[in-house]
Amino acid sequence: MPVQPTDASLPRDTGTTLVKRGLAEMLKGGVIMDVVDPQQAKIAEDAGAVAVMALERVPADIRRNGGVARMSDPEMIEGIKEAVTIPVMAKARIGHFAEAQILQALGVDYIDESEVLTPADEAHHIDKWAFTVPFVCGATNLGEALRRISEGAAMIRSKGEAGTGNIVEAVRHLRSILGDIRKLTTADSAELFDWAKRLQAPLPLVQEVAQTGRLPVPLFCAGGIATPADASLVMQLGAEAVFVGSGIFKSADPAARAKAIVEATAHYDDPELLAKVSRGLGDAMPGLEIGSLDAKLADRGW
Amino acid sequence: MKAGVLALQGAVGPHVAALERVGALAIPVRDTDSLAAVDALVLPGGESTTIAMLLERAGLADPLAERLAGGLPVLGTCAGMILLAAEVLDGRPDQRAFGVIDISVRRNAFGRQVDSFETDLEIAELGAPFRAVFIRAPVVERTGAGVEVLATVDNYPVLCRQGKVLVSAFHPELSGDDRLHAAFLRLASSG
Repeated sequence: MPVQPTDASLPRDTGTTLVKRGLAEMLKGGVIMDVVDPQQAKIAEDAGAVAVMALERVPADIRRNGGVARMSDPEMIEGIKEAVTIPVMAKARIGHFAEAQILQALGVDYIDESEVLTPADEAHHIDKWAFTVPFVCGATNLGEALRRISEGAAMIRSKGEAGTGNIVEAVRHLRSILGDIRKLTTADSAELFDWAKRLQAPLPLVQEVAQTGRLPVPLFCAGGIATPADASLVMQLGAEAVFVGSGIFKSADPAARAKAIVEATAHYDDPELLAKVSRGLGDAMPGLEIGSLDAKLADRGW
Repeated sequence: MKAGVLALQGAVGPHVAALERVGALAIPVRDTDSLAAVDALVLPGGESTTIAMLLERAGLADPLAERLAGGLPVLGTCAGMILLAAEVLDGRPDQRAFGVIDISVRRNAFGRQVDSFETDLEIAELGAPFRAVFIRAPVVERTGAGVEVLATVDNYPVLCRQGKVLVSAFHPELSGDDRLHAAFLRLASSG
């Protein structure tokens, strides 16, 4: 029988820590893909993406074209929201809380306070507790991750080096974060004070990580993933989901590569399946040596 | 009891932890062998489009349909509820609905993430209110004759049961209250 809704509304608590971190839980084991228009968003959804990141230029183009990279045009974000049923994320500049307010008003599902855009504040990140919409932030090490969590981030992604198609920085950052978490779990209570000082992170968060052996929010990986094998590598290292930026739509066959990376992320520990899905994908995006870069995006953020 | 959690994508870990806390042997299910070994199954939250696609590509969709047809007790939360429903009102045209509970669901019906919420839900069978977390949650817009409605939000069913199929629009695995997982194990092991 059809349901008749009532007018009486149950009290609802929105924007709670559980609700914000909960959406990140739902994205685990999935692939979040950068898209610049509704057509790409459809390709991503058809390939099995768990969410899309709406932005005007993928990092590889931001890197090549230079200039100031800002929040995307709301019209373009609206177009992508209408094209897909999966969550839509969008990027705000580091510290640019006005861009974040606009993105929240647009109803995006997650805001990425991202080093891929040009920072708006050289000392302060956004106070993310002030928002209903959840935030993801990049981190290169455990201290940076815990500072972002203390500011209200509901998801951390290792930064890697966006737009390079080179996985080496993502691996460095993941190993740094997860390696230090492992060390924390064997530190005694007195040593944790020193850890908090060295990490420049709040002591209660350091103590929590030492006790649980994990970040209080999901840890995803971004920056340089270009192949199914890259996705498998970072998942085996301990990432809980992956962001793929330029790696899909800068490759020869985006739809096929997107599908293959989705399967590789779900079955990251099954080499036979990985061998199967890695076949016949055409050329991956052309990569960049980290040593040849004029500027490292990962150095942005404090 | 061996309770599987479909582990292709989504909130697998919190379900595994909750099932273990209430005394089950929790098994992540990612292939036909592990699917064949379980006495009950949880379909977790995640993106229903992604999970449906991965089920097909892993060759698990047909074996799962067979086990469900054979009466496998199953708990579906959020995306899991969508997969188990008879009808998905705004799903993808190629999205498989396993149809083991006679309900029609609409995806993301409470709105976008900024509308996601927690609330104290009255569930008569559990006694004290249950802290329920709704994340881009679906709603049930129609229930068939054999479906029991166990809880509602603004009159929309959010917890339903038909035989040994239990579905929730919310996430019992996130709030640290294991009463619903315990109730599911009792349902699964009842005669």
